[in-house]
Amino acid sequence: MVNHWRTAVVALGLWLLLTWPLDPHTGRLDGTAVAAGLAVAVLVAGTRRPAPAVALGRWLEPRRYFWALVFIGVFLWQVLLANLDVAYRILHPRLPIRPGIVKIRTALESTTARTLLANAITLTPGTLTVELVDGGWLYVHWLNVRSTDPVEAGTRIAASFERILGRIFE
Amino acid sequence: MTEGIGAALVGLGVAFDVVGCLGLLRLPDVYSRMQAATKCVALGTLLIVAGAVLTAGSPAVLAKGALCLIFLVLTSPTGSHALARAAHRSGTPLWEGSVLDRLAEDGEEGR
Repeated sequence: MVNHWRTAVVALGLWLLLTWPLDPHTGRLDGTAVAAGLAVAVLVAGTRRPAPAVALGRWLEPRRYFWALVFIGVFLWQVLLANLDVAYRILHPRLPIRPGIVKIRTALESTTARTLLANAITLTPGTLTVELVDGGWLYVHWLNVRSTDPVEAGTRIAASFERILGRIFE
Repeated sequence: MTEGIGAALVGLGVAFDVVGCLGLLRLPDVYSRMQAATKCVALGTLLIVAGAVLTAGSPAVLAKGALCLIFLVLTSPTGSHALARAAHRSGTPLWEGSVLDRLAEDGEEGR
């Protein structure tokens, strides 16, 4: 039941942000839009499979939010650097690439953290998560392979994200 | 002033999008192309949306822009991962100049 309500609240929040029913000039709230959003949110929450329970205690620790902010900063910086590197390789007349699929291992245990790590790797240009298997192994397509050793490749590809994700989720 | 910064961000975003498209044409195999197509374009789109939000400067646009960015950052890598994984499972070869393919050596999981 609690999980259903959580889904409804999140859906309604997204709806309000997207439709923005508050008129900026008169300051009046568009009641129809809010009511429609409320109806759809309850309908969605009622028909959907309940969301998995979360450990509430973890959500109340402020340091996790601090590390989440650090993660966003580190992530954006890495994306920018790596984009410039890939742009250079694409624009270079001789196309200096050494592609290949390497294998790395993550120590992260939680599935959310692993998903975010795989997504962060994929969004960082030059690396693309192709397969994830049990035991924390990730197969990563690397545009410019610098090391075929799982440990060293892991350090180069994932270590900066992994440390911070561990502090957020574990 | 903010409009100038907004326009600069949009211009930079378009530049990354163009490089991404060039990469799609120049790179040799499906995996490398996916790299260019999804990432340069993700950063490009991110910059364009940020520029649009700065130019418009209203809270309603800020909320929409922020939501667009969150969904983009969550869905774009998930989609390209699914495509690359499907390509590898269906046997699409890597470019012949590739250095190694650990996934093929280990064998696909779940087969």
